[in-house]
Amino acid sequence: MRWSCLLSLSASWLAAASPASAFIAYVSNEKGNTISVIDTDNWTVTATIKVGQRPRGIEFTRDGKFVMVAVGDDDTIQLIDTKTRQVVDTLPSGPDPELFAQDAAGKILYVANENDNTVTVIDIEKRTRLGDIQVGVEPEGMTVSPDGKILINTSETTNMAHFIDTATRQVVANVLVDSRPRFAEYKHDGSELWVSSEIGGTVSIIDPVRRVVTGKVTFNVPGLRSEAIQPVGVGITRDDKTAFVALGPANRVAVVDATSHAVTKYLLVGQRVWHMAFTPDEKYLLVTNGVSNDVSVIDVAAQKVIKTIQVGELPWGVTISQ
Amino acid sequence: MIRSLIGAIGLSVAATNALAADPLEIGIGYLRHAGVKSTLSLVEQPAGNDGVAGAQLAIEDNNTTGKFLSQHFTLTEVRLREGDDVVKAASTLAEHDGFIIADLPADELLKVADALRDRGSVLLDAGASDDRLREQDCRANVIHVAPTRSMLADALAQYLVWKQWKRWLLVVGSHDNDKLYADALRRAAGRFGAKIVQERTFEDTGGARRTDSGVTLIQRQIPVFTQQAPAYDVLVAADESEVFASYLPYRTWDPRPVAGSAGLIPTSWDAAHDQWGAIQIQNRFVKLNARHMTALDMQAWTAARMVGEAASRTGSSDPKTVFDFIKGKDFSVAAFKGQRLTLRDWNLQLRQPILLVDGRLVVSVSPQEGFLHQVSELDTLGVDRPETKCKLQ
Repeated sequence: MRWSCLLSLSASWLAAASPASAFIAYVSNEKGNTISVIDTDNWTVTATIKVGQRPRGIEFTRDGKFVMVAVGDDDTIQLIDTKTRQVVDTLPSGPDPELFAQDAAGKILYVANENDNTVTVIDIEKRTRLGDIQVGVEPEGMTVSPDGKILINTSETTNMAHFIDTATRQVVANVLVDSRPRFAEYKHDGSELWVSSEIGGTVSIIDPVRRVVTGKVTFNVPGLRSEAIQPVGVGITRDDKTAFVALGPANRVAVVDATSHAVTKYLLVGQRVWHMAFTPDEKYLLVTNGVSNDVSVIDVAAQKVIKTIQVGELPWGVTISQ
Repeated sequence: MIRSLIGAIGLSVAATNALAADPLEIGIGYLRHAGVKSTLSLVEQPAGNDGVAGAQLAIEDNNTTGKFLSQHFTLTEVRLREGDDVVKAASTLAEHDGFIIADLPADELLKVADALRDRGSVLLDAGASDDRLREQDCRANVIHVAPTRSMLADALAQYLVWKQWKRWLLVVGSHDNDKLYADALRRAAGRFGAKIVQERTFEDTGGARRTDSGVTLIQRQIPVFTQQAPAYDVLVAADESEVFASYLPYRTWDPRPVAGSAGLIPTSWDAAHDQWGAIQIQNRFVKLNARHMTALDMQAWTAARMVGEAASRTGSSDPKTVFDFIKGKDFSVAAFKGQRLTLRDWNLQLRQPILLVDGRLVVSVSPQEGFLHQVSELDTLGVDRPETKCKLQ
């Protein structure tokens, strides 16, 4: 009943000639074993897709045809057809995949497998495994440098960012950061690598050339004990001027001047904020709130939370169509 | 001013696979008694490698990190037999190992700490929960990873008070350790506004923990033992000696929940804990040891990880450098408890959240919401700085 009602709703909305700015967001619900599909035009959930066990890392393929979602407890990555919104195939990750990154061409996928200290390299089109790279304990954060030459993996118990040469698939450098590094993000011009440390409570700024930590973003929310500030997801605007950092159980997203690395504002969002994604026009930023089961919509220019959308149980990751 | 460039830790190792130099060797000792205590429940009977198995996993984790930093960790275990001299065994270990994880009773731990003091060896107490080791008998060369009885009791009390189960029937075993736990529970009741409506002692009259017709007898004994109590909300049991507490649930005269040494148990770790990435260490542990991870395993893991963490941050194998870093304000360790764990600088006790478990699942994690503290909410658990009797020297 609810299903058909939702379908007809979305159908009638489609018929009403959608404005060009409409995007589709997919949100992985870690406990619900579902994906909530959000229409960014009217900020409503238009569909809920059943997936495997414990969906977390989620991303569109570059051609927009599929959404890849790591279902950790099923030890695989599922592919959702964005037309039919059905799980149609899987990719051969290692045990307990969590986050992944793809190369610029959208051909190669690098997957962090939390359970066996490896990064798995996958040919997306052929759905085959090309190899494994040994990294530190509990690999998690993944990103590829803008020039495509370096893959970054963070390991949560080893507390490092591993620099991996994408051509040779060898670890070429390791940079120690604060405790439990969870997420890595390059500036678009490749001048800085940002790594969030959940337990350490900081974001390390790494010089990608010298491969050393050159600074740290620290956070201080009045009235909040420092242990509750646990940086996770990081998003940097395309002009590399502003960064947003999700602070977990601090229930806030920090707005950071990406040049001076100073926090300029804290935005109150839902409980235990995890990850984020910009709409392609960069007007909005969507962040997932794990404990309050919702997604906050941030107006990027105004730096304000404008909307909260109820999704499934324990939302974790989010990806938005181009 | 929020931006700061603390320390700019610039440790980077180029081309790990081309490391030529010999790795730094960091030895950790492990000192314990052979044999394990007997429990009432067969499923809770500790394995022969209880504790040391956790330390071994931490050594593996340290070495995975160490291979990128050219550091290598080893673990040397000594199991004391009846009549062995604990000080001699510790001194032998200390010849190679700057850090020794100790799973020893309080008096032996103190003897070892005093004997090793001048040679600069550091003990990591993984097994003794006695408050006096962190208070009047504290030592400057002992780090306490095990939570104290008062931390455990406070963690339980916060939850029971939050639940509005404020009237406690306290049942205490007749051994010294049981009485110490009861002291901690009484203190917790006073601190958090619970009331002990009556206390009873369960005398250990000897007898076997396994018998062929045990259930019939227990089913008759326990209701009689718990009858005619004043009105109470929860029965709180102090039975570290494993004499009676596990017999209480479902057998009390009044239908009341049980907490403390049975029922809802405060502990540093449980095999059912899966939050905050804990599932990953549980999986690693089961893979390595083909059994579940206990609280003692976790305390030993944390002890060995603290050494590994400080060694990787300092790039040193020198015990003094590593120990100084652990005691310093920049030290913290991640141990799957949802927040960083740090040391109380006044007595070298590791601050940590305490799990409340029912034997199948984690029911809650203390500190409970609303128990506030000016420094760290973790300091609402146990003896706090203003009350401490410890003078580290």
